[in-house]
Amino acid sequence: MITLLFFASIREAIGHDRETIAFDGFSTVEELLNLLRARGESYRDALLPAKRWRVAVNQDMVDVTQALKAGDEVAIFPPVTGG
Amino acid sequence: MFTISIQTQDFDLSVESAKLRSRHRDVGALVSFVGVVRDMNDGAEVSSMTLEHYPGMTEKSLAEIVNEAAKRWRLIDATVIHRVGALLPTDQIVLVMVASAHRGDAFQGCEFIMDYLKTDAPFWKKETTPDGARWVDAKSADHHAQQRWSQIP
Repeated sequence: MITLLFFASIREAIGHDRETIAFDGFSTVEELLNLLRARGESYRDALLPAKRWRVAVNQDMVDVTQALKAGDEVAIFPPVTGG
Repeated sequence: MFTISIQTQDFDLSVESAKLRSRHRDVGALVSFVGVVRDMNDGAEVSSMTLEHYPGMTEKSLAEIVNEAAKRWRLIDATVIHRVGALLPTDQIVLVMVASAHRGDAFQGCEFIMDYLKTDAPFWKKETTPDGARWVDAKSADHHAQQRWSQIP
């Protein structure tokens, strides 16, 4: 299983903040993003390949080529705006 | 050893300074930065703001940033406090306080931590304006401020 977390504008766009999905049909972050985009318009818009999002795996920022493994926590969020 | 806190409640600069100084007798310089909520952003009036974070990763990210600063400069101690939740104009948002023997390390360490916090630590601001609530966009100026440090050996 993979735990997905969504934050800020991405959480609002897709309507929920967390879900668990089977680790099946994807092996990298990019493939996971494509699987999510295929779910529908709200996902596609939120996860457009326009670099308006960032991905962290197990709480470390990663590139989309990052390979995933069962049990990973994958967080998807917009560029940060703290401080 | 460094103090990192994500909290909803306000902080007191004098109290944090006293706590930090009481732990060390070799501190000769204390530099602090306080970020404050403004009533105006990107041309619109801001009546309130809500800060969201990623519990776990945010603390980890701040610890990594402070540790990186401690590798580059001679820091004796540091405190980072970032507030989350609902905030109003004039409220304090963030405190970065850095202690060292001499001012040069403290000034640079403080600015480095703040610059990286802006681009790397998972916080998101949503502000309320007369046109409704909106998520604040990341600024390229913050990215450039952070990038400067990679040019400094």
